[in-house]
Amino acid sequence: MDFGPYLLLASLEGAVGAAVLALTALGLSLVFGVMRIVNVAHGEFYMLGAVIAWWVTSMVGGHPALGFVAAMVVSPLIVGIAAAAAERLVLRRLDYDPEATIVATIGLLYVIQQLALSTYGADARPVAAPIDFRVQFPWFGYSGYKLCVIGASAVMMLAVWLVLTHTRVGLMMRATQHDPETARAFAIPVDRVYAGVFAIGAMLAALGAVLIVPIQQAHYLMGHDPLLLSFIVVIIGGLGSLRGTVLAAVIIGMSDGIISVFFSPTLAKILATLLVAFVLVWRPAGLFGARPA
Amino acid sequence: MSSTTAPQAQKVRSAITRRTALKGLAGGAALAAAPGFVPYIQAQSSAPLKLGFQVHRTGIGAAYGRWYDRVTTAAAALINEEGGINGRMIEIVTEDDGTDPKRGAEVVEKLASQHGCDLAFGTLFSHVVMGSSPRAGELKFPYFVVSEGHHVASGKLNRYTLQPGITDVKSQVRAMAPWVSQNLGKKVTMIFPDYAFGHDHRDFFSEAIAAQGGEVIEKIAIPPTESSFTRYFPRIPRDTEVIYHVMVGPGVLTFVKELGEFYGSGARPQIFGFIDSLEAVDIATPGLEFLEGTYFWEGMPRYAPADAPEYETFYRERVGVDANGASVSDSKDISTYAHMFGCWETLHVIKAGMEAAGYQGPDDRVKLIEAVEAMTTMPAGRAHPQGDKVFNGKTHQVFGHQYISQVADAKLSVVHTASIDDGMYPDETDYTAQPF
Repeated sequence: MDFGPYLLLASLEGAVGAAVLALTALGLSLVFGVMRIVNVAHGEFYMLGAVIAWWVTSMVGGHPALGFVAAMVVSPLIVGIAAAAAERLVLRRLDYDPEATIVATIGLLYVIQQLALSTYGADARPVAAPIDFRVQFPWFGYSGYKLCVIGASAVMMLAVWLVLTHTRVGLMMRATQHDPETARAFAIPVDRVYAGVFAIGAMLAALGAVLIVPIQQAHYLMGHDPLLLSFIVVIIGGLGSLRGTVLAAVIIGMSDGIISVFFSPTLAKILATLLVAFVLVWRPAGLFGARPA
Repeated sequence: MSSTTAPQAQKVRSAITRRTALKGLAGGAALAAAPGFVPYIQAQSSAPLKLGFQVHRTGIGAAYGRWYDRVTTAAAALINEEGGINGRMIEIVTEDDGTDPKRGAEVVEKLASQHGCDLAFGTLFSHVVMGSSPRAGELKFPYFVVSEGHHVASGKLNRYTLQPGITDVKSQVRAMAPWVSQNLGKKVTMIFPDYAFGHDHRDFFSEAIAAQGGEVIEKIAIPPTESSFTRYFPRIPRDTEVIYHVMVGPGVLTFVKELGEFYGSGARPQIFGFIDSLEAVDIATPGLEFLEGTYFWEGMPRYAPADAPEYETFYRERVGVDANGASVSDSKDISTYAHMFGCWETLHVIKAGMEAAGYQGPDDRVKLIEAVEAMTTMPAGRAHPQGDKVFNGKTHQVFGHQYISQVADAKLSVVHTASIDDGMYPDETDYTAQPF
C-alpha cells in the first residue's frame, strides 16, 4: 500500500481509538479530580457497560439501531446506579482515604469481573452495529460505523464540557474539586456530589463501551486494556484536568493507531509507557495538571 | 507496635485449652478421612475410574471449553451405557484451568494428587499444554491432550503426554499446501496468532508451500490478546494471491469482520482460513458476507454432509448438535465442531488402551501408556466418527483426514478431502526410547 492511503488508514484507526479512549479516560480523570480517588475498577465499569449493551440489544428485537439506542440509555444508567451503590457501600465508609480506596477498588474490580463471568459467561458476544454501511476508499474499505463513533464521542465530550462549565451541577463539581471544605461551607452537598461524580465517571466508561461493542465483542476480560490506557492518558494529561485528558487521549490514541499500523502495536505501547515515564520525571503533575503547592 | 500486639498474642496462646486442642485434632482427623483425601489403594475394585478433565472453562479458550465439556460428557455417558471400561464405570472429574499455563500445571497436580484421578485429558490451547505437560511427566501421570499443537510429535514433551484424538498442525498444513498452491495461488500472506500454535502454522506451512513451489511473501503475527485488527491489514502485500488466516480467542469475529471491511467491495486475493478463525461463530453473522466463496480447513465438517455415514449422524446426535453445527437446544450456540471430536475420540482411545492393558488402577499407568503406544490403525466408526486414523506410537501423535470446505450460501460444504498420507511426515522423536 502506498504511503498516503496507508497514513489515512492509520489516522482513521487512531482517531477511533482516541475517541473511545477520551471518553473512558475522562471518567477516570473526573473521579480523580473531584474525589482524589484512583479508581482501579474503572475498566470493569467499561466492561459492564459492554455486557449490559449486549444484554439490552438481545432483548430488544427489530432493527439493530433500536436495540443500540436503548443500550445507549439503559447501559450507562445501570452502570451509574451500580457505581453509586459502590460509592455508598464501600468508598464512603473508607472516608475516601486514598490508599484504602485503591485497595477497595481493586476488590471491586474482581467482584465485578467475576460477577460478569458467572452470570454472562466467558464468551465474547457480538452486538450488531446500528448502521451498516461501508466507506469504500479507492485503496481500502472502512467501516462507516467507526467513523460515526468518532463523531458521537466528540458530541458527548462537548456535552460533558458544557455541563461542567455552564450548569449549576458543574459549578458544584468544580467547587468540590477546588476545595471540599469551603464548598461545604457554601452549603454544597459534597457528599452527594461525590456519589454523583463517581456514578458519572463510571457512566462515561460505559458510554465508551457501548460505542465500541459493535466493533469489538463484549467479553468479561475486556476491561483490562482500557484501564491501562486510561491511566496512561490521565497521567500524561494531568490527573483531574479535563483539557489535558482529552489532549492526551488524542495524542495516545493517534500515536497508537499510527505506530501500530506502520510498525507494531507493541512498539506503540512501549512508546506510550516511555512517555508516561518522561512525564512523571519532568512534569509530575502532567501536561495540564495543577502543580502541587 | 510490638508493645500493643504482644499481650494479645499471649492471650491467644493461653486461650488454647485442652478442649479446643482436642477439637482441632478431631477436626483434622475427620478432614483427613474425608473422601478424596484418601489415596486410592484398593486393587480389583468396582469403584469408578476417575478421568481428570482439564478444561478451558474460562479465559480466552472458553468457547472451545464449553463444547469440549459437552462432548466429554456425552462420550462418558455412552461409554458408561455400554458397560464402562473393564466393567467399571467412568467418572469425569472436571477442573477449569482458565486457559492459563500456570494454572494448567496446578490443575494437573490437583487432578493427580487431590482427586486421585487415573489420568488427565482434554487440554486444547498449546501454551497451556506446554505449561502443564512437564508436571504430568514429573508426576508420572498419563496426560492425553486434544490440542493440535505440534509440540507432542516434535519431541518437546515427555513419555506421559499423548495426542491420540486429534491431528497436529504440521500434519494439517502439509495436507493443505498442495491444494492451496494448485487451486488458489502460490504467493501467500499468512496472518496468525503470535504464540506456539500460530508459530507452528507459520513454520510448517511456509515449509510445505515452498515444497509445492509456492512462497510465503509476508508473515503477520498478531498478539493473542489483540482486539483490533484493521491496523495489521495494510501489511498485506499487493501482489498477494492467497491470504492464509488462522486466529483464536475472543477477538476472532472482529478479525474476520474487519478483514471484510478492509477489502470491502474492491478486488481481493483468494482467502483460505483455518476454521479456528470462526469456531463457535455463525457464518451467517452480518458482516461476514464477504466470506462467500472463500475456503476453510475443517478438522470435521460443521455442516452435516448429505452422505454422512451412520457413525457421524450418531455422534452428532449424541453431542447435541444439529445439521448446521449449532446446539440442538439453541440455534445461536455454534459448536466448535472441527475440534471437539478430539475429546470423544480420545476417551475411546483411553477405553481401548485401558482394556488392552487390563488397567486396574494407578499402578497400571505405565501399562496404559504402553498399550496406547502399541496402537496403529483406528477404523472409522462410532469410536472414531471423524474418520479412520493412524497412530504413531513413537511420536505419540495420531494422523487422519483433513477437509477443505467452501462457503456457499452462508454454509460450509466440503470440496476436498485430504488423505491420511497427505499429512504424514518423518518422525522427529521416539518417546518409546525414554524410560518411564
